Amino acid sequence: MSKKTFGVLALILLLAIGLVGLPALAAEPIKIGTVLPTTGPIATFGQSTLNGIKMAIEEINAAGGVLGRRIELVNEDTKSDATETRNAVAKLINRDNVLAIIGEVASTNTLAGAPVAQSQGVPMVTPGSTNEKVTEVGDYIFRTCFVDPYQGKIVASYAARSMKAKRAALLTALSSDYSVGLANVFKAEFTRLGGKIVSEQSYSEGDQDFSAQLTKLRSIKPDVLYIPGYYTEIALIARQARQLGVKIQILGSEGTESPKLFELGGDAVEGILFSTHYSAEVKNPIAQRFLKNFKEKYGQDPEALSALGYDAALVVADAVKRAGKVDRKALRDALAKTRNVKVVTGVITLDARRNPIKSVVILRVEKGQKYKLVEQINP
Amino acid sequence: MDLLQQLINGLSLGSIYALIALGYTMVYGIVRLINFAHGDVYMVGAYAGFFAVWHYHLSFFPALGVAMMVAAATGVLIERLAYRPLRQAPRIAVLITAIGVSLLLENLGILILKPEPRSFPEVFPLALYNFGGLIVTNRQMAILAVGLVLMVLLQYFVNFTRTGKAMRAVSFDMEAALLMGINVDRIITVTFAVGSALAAAAGVLVGIFYNRIDPLMGIMPGIKAFVAAVLGGIGVIPGAMLGGLVMGVAEVMVVALFSSTWKDAVAFAILIFILLVKPTGLLGRPGGEKV
Repeated sequence: MSKKTFGVLALILLLAIGLVGLPALAAEPIKIGTVLPTTGPIATFGQSTLNGIKMAIEEINAAGGVLGRRIELVNEDTKSDATETRNAVAKLINRDNVLAIIGEVASTNTLAGAPVAQSQGVPMVTPGSTNEKVTEVGDYIFRTCFVDPYQGKIVASYAARSMKAKRAALLTALSSDYSVGLANVFKAEFTRLGGKIVSEQSYSEGDQDFSAQLTKLRSIKPDVLYIPGYYTEIALIARQARQLGVKIQILGSEGTESPKLFELGGDAVEGILFSTHYSAEVKNPIAQRFLKNFKEKYGQDPEALSALGYDAALVVADAVKRAGKVDRKALRDALAKTRNVKVVTGVITLDARRNPIKSVVILRVEKGQKYKLVEQINP
Repeated sequence: MDLLQQLINGLSLGSIYALIALGYTMVYGIVRLINFAHGDVYMVGAYAGFFAVWHYHLSFFPALGVAMMVAAATGVLIERLAYRPLRQAPRIAVLITAIGVSLLLENLGILILKPEPRSFPEVFPLALYNFGGLIVTNRQMAILAVGLVLMVLLQYFVNFTRTGKAMRAVSFDMEAALLMGINVDRIITVTFAVGSALAAAAGVLVGIFYNRIDPLMGIMPGIKAFVAAVLGGIGVIPGAMLGGLVMGVAEVMVVALFSSTWKDAVAFAILIFILLVKPTGLLGRPGGEKV
């Protein structure tokens, strides 16, 4: 490198540092980062969430933005991987200097990325990570979805009370914080309600062969099989259960919902019941408007994660407005005071541990790649 | 009855391991190389089968043939480009190259084939057969049958054809074989082709039975098949078959009798145990070979 080019580069570098350090110009957009798994085994989660977030931001910008400025989204793909999430968070903070970060959706990934945001004092709002530990990372970490203890409890009581199940089996992904967390809560609540856990099986994410676990379950004959986990494995398990002639009612968590569920599982996934955040059948004015606009924009029904992404963006925008300035600390304080923000999946009030309390819906997987609302349970 | 069912599950899984293990063991037998890229050749085979069925609408056997040919070509190409230039190099250099090729294939897979898992199209509809509570599917039968036929064909090829004889000669003493006028390079090419084709067959069978393929699908089965090859005695062809079947059954039985938590651990427990107790493997020749 010649001296001259070096000089030019140094000048550019200085200018860049100067620009970042300067107070933002009035017309300059507010940068919000997203860390989402848009590729990899849970890619449809990231894509659905991002669609929801994008729509919310477009609507906010169309209505004049916040504090008179547009919001600009910067997305980093986490490749469905924890280490990549950590890198993505650091990149958004150090390279893009974002005001706040929305993401990840998988608890294991959010848990890997959150400490970086916390240590740098950047507010991070996860739209979909339900594991309790996520917001325990620190006071800069928020979420806009319900937590596992709540979701797991509701599924357990639905199984015990509405389905009159007495004997339940668990099939847990040992490598997933989300899966293990939910299984533990389900176990405690189901036992408390007088049910019995008759078998506890496990698998690793990425496994293809579940025949041994399923054959074991075939002779144990539980009333329900709870599989807290993600669609790829649930689809394969349902399919292999059919191949092995195992007939058990499968219960799942919100990770079940994905178009890939049908692609990987075929009609074997019909009849699975799962708990989630949102159903297109829920009637409230915001949800109805969201449903209509989403269908117009993307030509399909929104999934729960699209609704959650949309909601997280609304909550962040609301907090920026209340903070009154573009400042990370002020935004954190405003987020912590989130009260009665009306969103698609309910009304969000964050408690002292930065978690909302919201309703849970139970859906059934139906023929023709549809979900049917079975029950809505309000807090 | 349940244990019998688990035995069938284990044998299905085991034939997959056995087919992959054969490639490891054949290549090791000839060039004394643990071809760590072998698991990824299995992935390439699975994808070749996938595209043959999904895009070109071939039925099961033609798709299997296409997959085997594509994988054989991949195996030969790898040998030509990565291993042949290192024929005279220290073995550790070739070994590290193999790991490099493996990483290259995996990441090329992510780049070109996309990282999302794909669902294998149905090549034949599922049929269940109930033998007094024992449930066997036509897909399980296909895995077992294809595995068995390929293994028998391989035995015939190695023991009763000229090329097979040449292969054994090269395996026994490469320099002597060279002096006898055997084209060693050609034999090595054939070995890579045959081993890779067998792995591709395993890949297609996995796609059909478990219905999911992704670019990193070769890592775990690759490692387990390697353990199976060591278990049977590396370099010994019947050993790889036996090792694969034992591995599959062991993995399933651990779940059946103990806990599914130990499923993946059993492979490595077997590896450690065999290296401590009988490093030459179940059917291995005695001798100071280090794996």
